[in-house]
Amino acid sequence: MNNIFAVAGVVIKELYRRKDFYVLFIVTILICLVMASVNIFNDAKIVRYLKEICLLLVWLSSLVIAITTTARQIPAERENRTLLPLLAKPLTRPQLIIGKFLGCWLACGLTLLCFYLFFGALSASREHQWPLLNYFQAATLHWFMLGIIVAMTLLGSLVFAAPSSNSTICFVVVGGILFVGRHLDQVALTLREPVRTIVYSIYFAIPHLELFDVRDLIIHNWPLIPWLYFSLALLYAVGYLAVFLIGACLVFRRKAVN
Amino acid sequence: MHSPRTFLLLLVALLVSCFGLAAHLEPQFQAWPGSRAKGDIFNVVLGDSRRMFANQFYVKADEYYHSGYYPTMFDDNAAFQTTHMAADTGAVNDKNHGDEHGFLGPTRNWIDAFGRHFFPDRHTHLDAGGPDDDLSGSDNVREILPWLKLSADLDPDNVQTYTVTAYWLRERMNNTAEADAILHEGLRNCPDSYDILFELGRLYYESYHDTDRARNVWELGVRKWQKIYPTLDPEAQKDNRLIMEQLATHLAKLEEDAGNLPRAIEWFQAAQKVSLTPTLIQDQINRLKFKLGQELNPVLKPLY
Repeated sequence: MNNIFAVAGVVIKELYRRKDFYVLFIVTILICLVMASVNIFNDAKIVRYLKEICLLLVWLSSLVIAITTTARQIPAERENRTLLPLLAKPLTRPQLIIGKFLGCWLACGLTLLCFYLFFGALSASREHQWPLLNYFQAATLHWFMLGIIVAMTLLGSLVFAAPSSNSTICFVVVGGILFVGRHLDQVALTLREPVRTIVYSIYFAIPHLELFDVRDLIIHNWPLIPWLYFSLALLYAVGYLAVFLIGACLVFRRKAVN
Repeated sequence: MHSPRTFLLLLVALLVSCFGLAAHLEPQFQAWPGSRAKGDIFNVVLGDSRRMFANQFYVKADEYYHSGYYPTMFDDNAAFQTTHMAADTGAVNDKNHGDEHGFLGPTRNWIDAFGRHFFPDRHTHLDAGGPDDDLSGSDNVREILPWLKLSADLDPDNVQTYTVTAYWLRERMNNTAEADAILHEGLRNCPDSYDILFELGRLYYESYHDTDRARNVWELGVRKWQKIYPTLDPEAQKDNRLIMEQLATHLAKLEEDAGNLPRAIEWFQAAQKVSLTPTLIQDQINRLKFKLGQELNPVLKPLY
């Protein structure tokens, strides 16, 4: 485990040395503050539009950080020729993969913490309430969803040639799942065989990332998600995360590193 | 080899010609009908496509009115043909049918059933308390206002945006000054709109209790309707009958309250011509005729 945490620690250090997070965080704050300063019919209690914009920016920023950070991990090690010396140490290939995953995932967790603290402060400044448990559920689901994306991108970085192509493909896949994933079965019903069966199979095979998007519940102050379903969702995420990680380990086991 | 002075003179000559050309072209550009320079930032950036975005934001306001419980393009949206926030003002022809509570239908599979715990899955209206069903929180309807304001900014010709905004500002926020302001902004942009005049009359009558201004505004609305109605196509005529019925019945109510019963009967008769429920209005006419008859008959005194 020490080896895994050592690799993860390097990844986290890399994140806070790079400017990506700071730029996205400051842009989010600036946009939200500008939107908050807009006068809407002299009513200072209007807040939900602000929560929506803030959460949208948080989601976009977190996706950008998760995908771009993960996509360059293994290719950068290979380009810098540090992969071979790294593996020459008492560090197995699966440990490297899991370390990289853990580092990226924890780094995403740290960025989410900052973003959600800002979001909480922003909404509390208007609503004068802080539904901590609701925010905890939303942030945790968001973080576990990023875990799936990080694992998927890590697998992609071993399959696709360049980080740019991997990032683009991951953005398209994640965007596609978030926008139409929930409705793919309805789309399938309108198609002819064999396309119908293929689309239906895709519906059941893909990780349903939209399950973790509970922004509407937060924006409109809906009650808590039942804890049983919340836990099941986390288990669902861990399942897909494990599938992608095992896939990455299997691919990396046979991959030439020089 | 040219001296620096030559370059300097050349630069000055270029600057002067640029300034002269700009000064020559500017008035022509301002007079050009296709110029966007006179419009606001949305007009300059988006052009006519802003109307498409305006509709998106208008629907977004209705989504907020339902606290996020809203059909997507994949769901059955028969019960959401007319936005509920507009239908609840009572001044819009409601084309909704079907089950507004269950547009999601029965669960399709385990993923669908599981997923319904992670998004709003119950039909509520903000003016009725929203997800908490807390009627004391009905002023939460304020949350629809940013999107309506944005929609009005993007498409200043959409009459419904002004009337819906003004209705909710007046009814739930008790913000009559802002309602008044948005309706007058609407009138500046759409001077022939009888819908805006109707809403303005309601504001004068119900909030300011100013009978004379309400009467004037509603009667102006009726005149505008009578002028525009014959020019509309049959489908639009069907949609526009409701507003005339509302104008006429409100005028009838106003005249009745003012004690002018014959005029009230005339307005009810005008409403009856365009109403989908003429028998109900006939009941009102009969009631007023009876009242009028009692007023005109000498009071019968008992002999003993």
